[in-house]
Amino acid sequence: MAKRIDVSGLTAYYGSHKAIDDISMSVEPRSVTAFIGPSGCGKSTFLRTLNRMHEVTPGGRVEGKVLLDDENLYGSGVDPVAVRRTVGMVFQRPNPFPTMSIFDNVAAGLRLNGTYKKSDLKDIVEKSLKGANLWNEVKDRLGKPGSGLSGGQQQRLCIARAIAVEPQVLLMDEPCSALDPISTLAVEDLIGELKERFTIVIVTHNMQQAARVSDRTAFFNLAAVGQPGKLVEIDDTERIFSNPSVQATEDYISGRFG
Amino acid sequence: MNPQAPSTPDAPPLPPPPAAGPSPVSGKAVRPGDRIFLGLSRGSGITLLVVMAAIAAFLTYRSVLAISGDHANFFTTLDWNATGTEPRFGIAVLAFGTVVSALLAMVIAVPVAVGIALFISHYAPRRLASPLGYVIDLLAAVPSIIYGLWGALFLVPHLTGLYSWLDDYLGWTGIFSYSDGAARSLFTVGILLAIMILPIVTSVSREVFLQAPKMHEEAALALGATRWEVIRMSVLPFGRSGVISASMLGLGRALGETMAVATVLSPSFLISTSLLDPGGGTFAQNIAAKFSEADTFGQDALIASGLVLFVITLLVNGAARLIIARRKEYS
Repeated sequence: MAKRIDVSGLTAYYGSHKAIDDISMSVEPRSVTAFIGPSGCGKSTFLRTLNRMHEVTPGGRVEGKVLLDDENLYGSGVDPVAVRRTVGMVFQRPNPFPTMSIFDNVAAGLRLNGTYKKSDLKDIVEKSLKGANLWNEVKDRLGKPGSGLSGGQQQRLCIARAIAVEPQVLLMDEPCSALDPISTLAVEDLIGELKERFTIVIVTHNMQQAARVSDRTAFFNLAAVGQPGKLVEIDDTERIFSNPSVQATEDYISGRFG
Repeated sequence: MNPQAPSTPDAPPLPPPPAAGPSPVSGKAVRPGDRIFLGLSRGSGITLLVVMAAIAAFLTYRSVLAISGDHANFFTTLDWNATGTEPRFGIAVLAFGTVVSALLAMVIAVPVAVGIALFISHYAPRRLASPLGYVIDLLAAVPSIIYGLWGALFLVPHLTGLYSWLDDYLGWTGIFSYSDGAARSLFTVGILLAIMILPIVTSVSREVFLQAPKMHEEAALALGATRWEVIRMSVLPFGRSGVISASMLGLGRALGETMAVATVLSPSFLISTSLLDPGGGTFAQNIAAKFSEADTFGQDALIASGLVLFVITLLVNGAARLIIARRKEYS
């Protein structure tokens, strides 16, 4: 199910403002890649270019290539809607559809795609909720609204919703920043399980989290306020946190830890 | 120390009681500003209630006079003759005409208004969206007599063709049968009212749609929803109660519209199953047409019909609130 991502020469704009400049990197399948860096360095923007969500923002546009296995997501014949069905996303704030029940939330993506058998729907929803470690908490109230769950449960519901459509890649934009430590731990454990099946890219402000969950870590930085964000380096997480090859990375990491 | 509590020898001694004298937090609990504002706002609230009660009492008192002097059934009679020694009048025709024309207006206007609102909030490029919104708001400011004139001079002559066509294909239903004549019918009134309530329904709906949370739209987008699916999954459910409120505002205007209806409709005290044939009447139109020539009792009779309109409006609003409240859990 999981595919690899190769980005080359990717530049993203908001109107005339260049948000990220000339980023190239590879993301291995069935692994967790973490993006770290100071606020405003463009890591979320970069994440959103990977499923063509960036261009939804008014004025948002992208130059460069994103290859999913061998297919360029920004190729001329590519439908952004289809891209987003292949590359799922989990957001910073849990955002289950407030008017839908827990069951319908998980089924929402499947119903959009229309590629399921009615009889399978229940099984897929159950499997997805189990996959998101939420099944035992909600199995007796699948008909209740998703907004009635706690923040951590809502975020896992959103993960269940995202994995229900069996995407190739799962993007997570600071998925734990609105959660308490216990819920954060639950989501981190879940990420560890999900990487067996999906390629996962996670943006995080929490460096311990990057160290705990990721296999590879990319450090983003910007030269000054108003300047576009750049990829400083990407390497094995262990190396980034012990012996990074760029001084800026070490400064950033040790500054935060020290 | 609390005598019931078990003694705890290890507990630290209580701090000494605060010294007597002005403490740093002492002072008058109510400040003059608070008092004045409280008085003002409470006064406004009470004034509103008093005015409402006075209107209701007035309407009810005069209505009772009228209904007790009615020599026919006030609710079922198909006539309005409130003069002479044996006045006979009833609201059946007016209630039918009012409700039917207002419902017709809703059926036509609400889908169109929701469509325009969605176009402005989610489809139109920004350069087009704001002027369009402005024009819609402007339409709401056109006086109803202007709509009435336009309806009588333009709409009425131009609808006869449509009505003949409807009669040819749907005449068998009875509702759409049409014998030639000026199109001064309830259906025409419905169309005119639809145009009149379109701006208010559109502009309230647009405001609601614009407030649909971005995070839910993005949730739908990230699942691979098309623009329409995003609207269906996140914008419409969010805007549902707002659209209902907007429709109620529109319905309120349609139910009470006077001049435009009076200008277009050719009134009669008959209930016809055909909505295309001229005839019928509405509460407001009937009051406007008869009030200037009515004697005191005739005025009472018209006031009684006004009270019924008031009650209908109240019921409609109550029903709308019920609909909104029923799905509270999901909002």
